[in-house]
Amino acid sequence: MPALNMRSLPRCAALALSSVTALAAVSVTANPVDFATEVKPILEMNCLSCHNPQHAEENGKYRLDTKEEAFKPHKKDQRIVPGKPDESQVYFLTALPPGDEAHMPPTKMKPPLAKEETEKIRQWIAEGAAWPAGLTLTNVMKTDFVRDIEPIFERGAPIPDKAKDTLHLWLAQGASWPAGVTFPAPKVEGAAAAAAGQVDFVKDVVPILAQGGPLSAAAKQTLGQWVEQGANWPAGVKLGPAKGGAQAKDMALVEEIYRQIIAATKEKAEAEMKAYTNTIPGTAVTYTMIPVPSGQFVMGSPATEAHRNEDEGPQHEVKIEAFWMEQCSVTWNEYELFMYPDESKPAPPTAGTTNYTSQYADAVTRPSKPYVEMSFGMGKDGYPAISMTQHACNTYCQWLSAKTGHFYRLPTEAEWEYACRAGTTTAYFFGDDPAKLGEYAWYADNSDFKYQKVGKKKPNPWGLYDMLGNVDQWTLDQYDPNYYKQFKEIVTEPWNKATKPYPHTVRGGSWQDDADKLRAACRRGSSLDWKMQDPQLPKSIWYLTDAQFVGFRIIRPVKVPSAEEMYKYWHSGVEKD
Amino acid sequence: MNTRKFVVPDLTRRDFLKTTSTLAAAAALVPGVFAANDETLKVALIGCGGRGSGAADQALSTAGPLKLVAMGDVFKDRLESSYNNLKERHADRVDVPEENKFVGFDAYQKAIALADVVILATPPGFRPPHFEEAVRQGKHIFMEKPVAVDGTGVRKVLAACEEAKKKNLKVAVGLQRHHQKGYLETLQRLHDGAIGDVVAMRCYWNDAGVWVHPRKELEQQAGRPLTEMEYQMHNWYYFVWLCGDHINEQHIHNLDVINWVKKGHPVRAWGMGGREVRKGLDHGEIFDHHAVEFEYADGSRCSSQCRHIPNCWSNVSEHVQGTKGLCDVSGHRITGPNAWRFSGGGKDPYQQEHDDLFAAIRNDTPYNETAEYGAYSTMTAILGRLATYSGKEITWDEAINSPLDSMPKVLGWDAETPTKPNAEGRYPVAIPGVTKVL
Repeated sequence: MPALNMRSLPRCAALALSSVTALAAVSVTANPVDFATEVKPILEMNCLSCHNPQHAEENGKYRLDTKEEAFKPHKKDQRIVPGKPDESQVYFLTALPPGDEAHMPPTKMKPPLAKEETEKIRQWIAEGAAWPAGLTLTNVMKTDFVRDIEPIFERGAPIPDKAKDTLHLWLAQGASWPAGVTFPAPKVEGAAAAAAGQVDFVKDVVPILAQGGPLSAAAKQTLGQWVEQGANWPAGVKLGPAKGGAQAKDMALVEEIYRQIIAATKEKAEAEMKAYTNTIPGTAVTYTMIPVPSGQFVMGSPATEAHRNEDEGPQHEVKIEAFWMEQCSVTWNEYELFMYPDESKPAPPTAGTTNYTSQYADAVTRPSKPYVEMSFGMGKDGYPAISMTQHACNTYCQWLSAKTGHFYRLPTEAEWEYACRAGTTTAYFFGDDPAKLGEYAWYADNSDFKYQKVGKKKPNPWGLYDMLGNVDQWTLDQYDPNYYKQFKEIVTEPWNKATKPYPHTVRGGSWQDDADKLRAACRRGSSLDWKMQDPQLPKSIWYLTDAQFVGFRIIRPVKVPSAEEMYKYWHSGVEKD
Repeated sequence: MNTRKFVVPDLTRRDFLKTTSTLAAAAALVPGVFAANDETLKVALIGCGGRGSGAADQALSTAGPLKLVAMGDVFKDRLESSYNNLKERHADRVDVPEENKFVGFDAYQKAIALADVVILATPPGFRPPHFEEAVRQGKHIFMEKPVAVDGTGVRKVLAACEEAKKKNLKVAVGLQRHHQKGYLETLQRLHDGAIGDVVAMRCYWNDAGVWVHPRKELEQQAGRPLTEMEYQMHNWYYFVWLCGDHINEQHIHNLDVINWVKKGHPVRAWGMGGREVRKGLDHGEIFDHHAVEFEYADGSRCSSQCRHIPNCWSNVSEHVQGTKGLCDVSGHRITGPNAWRFSGGGKDPYQQEHDDLFAAIRNDTPYNETAEYGAYSTMTAILGRLATYSGKEITWDEAINSPLDSMPKVLGWDAETPTKPNAEGRYPVAIPGVTKVL
């Protein structure tokens, strides 16, 4: 290993000292306490964001940036009294019980110092509070592995200067790496070996990233040298996404929701399924779920069907497990509870409401507020919610599952078509003749150029309303026109899992469409155009500015899947474009 | 193809900053600052939020060679995330070295200096000084709506607009309905008399409201208390000096369409408004609803509503009634003897408005949306706000000539803000019948 070049260290002047020592002197912990390496980093990360020259005035008129200021008493307040920690505010205020009004740092701003940290400060003052002449302190961000470091490694080459600063800071602060987070080692072909005296990224750094934390002293040393030498990352070398990082946090939440669902689910078998109406806890809004029996059907349309498209074939046999499906499309009444968490007013619990604390529901990410009026003036109360992304639907399902203790998700394309056909084999569930379509569906001929209230037409044979027309319905599947071609024998629960953001399949047709687009077998893929008029960059991950025809309905499989499977269903889309 | 070119003297940036005034004088003398089709246009983005980044994305998606060369914002983190997003989408067209990323209240002057075309997308309160500066430096301009928050600001914009015309600068204003095929075809029919004389108008922006950045969250992110100026700049939507109230920031789109139909602006207005629901500590001083009646020069009236309250009747649209029929302007539909419905098509209007601007720059065709759309529609919205805040009848002339200036005298993170919270953390809110607005 090449020697660490000290002179090249200071990228940020403020970090220089602490970095050198953190990297080079990992083992020094013996008495006496060294201010520069042991106390200064604690003060810089916890105190200097307020007690600096710009903000001292509104923060107890106290600055900690220079020795002179730090030791200066203010009226009766003794800030640092050498030899007497119990008379020094800098120690005793940090040692108060957290939550105490006078506790430093203020509880609402920052977490309290660790016990070792307050002890370090106490010891330093007790030993005489030596502060080397001319040493000044500045505000230093406390790095967080998942928030700050993981994205840098995930993104890979080239590492921007700002990220190098962050890496530097992270190393100086001890390079903490939560156990269990690793980066899959890449297959490397033709990456040039590093020059003599340089850390070799592929040979030296990749194994450290693949091994994960906590890091050994030697690993910290190597990473430190790599950053010092410019954090070079050979072009073309890409790590997989981190295992166990930010994803792990989401997964932990899903596991909590899973436990809640397992505890609450009463119906274990298809025979126990009944239609039910549920009130969304804490509100007066209800939705109704209709049982769809398990079975087998022929998916797709025959070559002889009028207006048939090539992607509807070949027809193939599909087996489906039992599930409930929402009787109507999700309405604005339901969806806005999810959209506007701050404004949804808690109503007294009504009889029949499942008695859930929604702490896990509150932990589910909620949409940003839309900039555009998303119903486009077509009405809200009793009308289908529209203009949401598939990602938003998946998150809605996660939220509603957490809120109710039932497992909800979008249907797969096969489940949707099975429920729509309801045992029929014709182009529409009422036959092949579109002349009767107006009795069952809102479409271009009768919709007056807008969507209509849900549940106003005749249902399909299984009691599902608006399966055809009014608004298209999101499914879980990636749209692939050739997807059916692979099926030679009976297939069970097919699901074409997404690998890219577009296209995803919507089904059923809408108020804008002509009769042929409302056929049970007709498929449509989403496209980037559906958010063409979103004027922001990045475009919203929640809303579609140009898809006033897209809504969704939820299903609930009778067989509750594992937590891992739940995670896959709720993260089935590709969030970013 | 026109090959006339304005050659920028070969100066370093430092030289340039030293000699800005000389150069501005020089620019005033040359008849045109424009680029031939094959010339690489340099673009600067001022205001790197979601919309500014979107506008830069659209500018960089126009035909012909161009590069983003400079960026400015008051917040470094916003600038960086905007840079990363743009770099990802336009790797070859984003060329902004670290020294061309300007942070601070004076960032705009430095970023403008490096560009041929500037995008002005900060909160609207800053638009008048930024527009003035861009015109002074002789740059082509895309600026977001609204272009001001008070009469003083509008007058500044109109004066700079005259300068811009003299210097042959192309100026676009982000009222994208003017570039939307459905609106263009509808307005053509209305102006051709499809429904006779337009005698009554109505328009709405009623919806649930927009984002809020609570002080507590901002301070937690920063890990320290914010100065009042920092807080207001982050949560700018809720302060009149920055935003002009939502009647100005959003409803301007609908009022602009009515002005477009009428080929003019209202002469007086009266109305009512207040805050019923959105009145928390982080909701600053703006109203959550306004209902205004505007009277036009021919005596016809427009009834306008805008509301930011969830769970109410939502609608964003414009409708006009003529002596021979009705028109749903936003729905692009005419009923009556000349019934018609838009058959669809057209490009994303946000992209189209940039395509049109850059085509005008490259072909040197006259292009200035400031006065007709930008400034007058902004003034219409401001007139509405003055009417609801005061509860009085306000005339156009009173409103546009009002000496009231909302902007702080000094800008800086420790500078005094035009409005300040009381001990409870609440800001003074306009009281109809009491508040003076002129």
